[in-house]
This record gives sequence, structure tokens and C-alpha cells, in this order.
Amino acid sequence: MKVAVQREDFDLGAEVRAISRDAKVGAVASFVGLVREVRMTLEHYPGMTEREIGKIVDEAAKRWQVMDCTVIHRYGELAPNEQIVLVAVASAHRGDAFAACEFIMDYLKTRAPFWKKEHRAGGATWVESRAADDEAAERWKRGER
Amino acid sequence: MKVKLLFFAALREQLGRPTEEVELPASVTTVGALRDHLRARGGEWERVFAPNRPVRAAVNQDMMQAEARIKAGDEVAFFPPVTGG
Repeated sequence: MKVAVQREDFDLGAEVRAISRDAKVGAVASFVGLVREVRMTLEHYPGMTEREIGKIVDEAAKRWQVMDCTVIHRYGELAPNEQIVLVAVASAHRGDAFAACEFIMDYLKTRAPFWKKEHRAGGATWVESRAADDEAAERWKRGER
Repeated sequence: MKVKLLFFAALREQLGRPTEEVELPASVTTVGALRDHLRARGGEWERVFAPNRPVRAAVNQDMMQAEARIKAGDEVAFFPPVTGG
């Protein structure tokens, strides 16, 4: 399991290969989040961020068969179309890989201490949290997924 | 008792500081009481910690509710709802 919070970009192919080496791995599901349209600055809480993501990954590994997992989240200045976040999960079968990947992403959005500030022509503003994100995480608790 | 406060994102900007060491009166023993104590400073503090403002708190890097206890030497962070991913 790998959790990294970093300024640098990441290589999806290299990260997927790194968790695919075990011959028992039959499926890798990955998600990459990108900066959409507007330049932004991402702030985080060093230390707590890594801990929170680690807890979410542990929770996913209790619910599904997770043979290996990598989560990378960037911070600092990011331009439109740049990669922000990677979640990649290796499992024997696709069902576990898909579900664990989506679960980790949904919880990361509501629990990992990151904040986005968007830089538009009219000035910089902090992004407001979205009720839809809370709802996505809540569905897992209610057992709807 | 003395605790270390941390502020992030919009809170950090509004309060004009990322961190502060603060000596608390004996009556302040929970996250909620600390929030009230800081609000009583007035000005920006009153706006940032207004009851209707969604402010999250973490004690020693674990998310906590208002009733959570705090003790000497704790690291208490206040921040807006998160927006990563």
C-alpha cells in the first residue's frame, strides 16, 4: 500500500505496473482526477492528510479484497488539465477493484484535509464543499453500494 | 493549559495566521468550548467561528466533534469542510 502527498506529477502507467506484479492480481481499477478549466492552488494539512487517506484505504481493505493500492494526491499550484489525484487498486477480480477504488475516492473527497482555491479573472476564491460529495460517501454507510 | 492551534485555507487567511500557541482558562476543556473562547476575541474571530459557519476541527490530527476533550499539549486544528479529490 502506498499513500503519497506531493507537489510532483505522477505516471499512471508506472503506478499501475507497480501494483500489478503479483501473479494473483487479475484486475486493477484506477481513477485519475484532473484540474477542470480553472487554475488552482491546493492546500493541505501535512501529516493528517496521509493519516486520513491511510485510514480510508484500511477501511476499503476490510470490505473488499485489496491486494495492493496506491493513492497519490498533489498539492500546490495546478494548471487546467493537470492530474490532481490517483487511486489505483489491485485485486483478483474486477468487482472488488472497482468498488474499493470508488469507495476510496468518495471518502477522500469528504475526509482528506485538502482545500482548493480557484484563480479566476475576477480574483481567487476558496471552493465550497458540495453536498453531492457528502451524499456519495453516505451511500456506502447506508449499504446502498 | 497550553495548546497549539492550526488554521487552514479560508480560516487561515481570515485570521491572518497559520498557527498560534494559546494559554487556555481551566474552563475550556472541549473543542466546542475552545471554539466559543476564540469567538469571544471578537472581530474576524467572531465571524470565522460564528455558530452558523461550517467549521471542522481535528485534535492531534483526528477529526473531532464539539464535545471532544482537549488536554495540555494538544494540536487543535480548525478548517472549512474539505474540498480535495
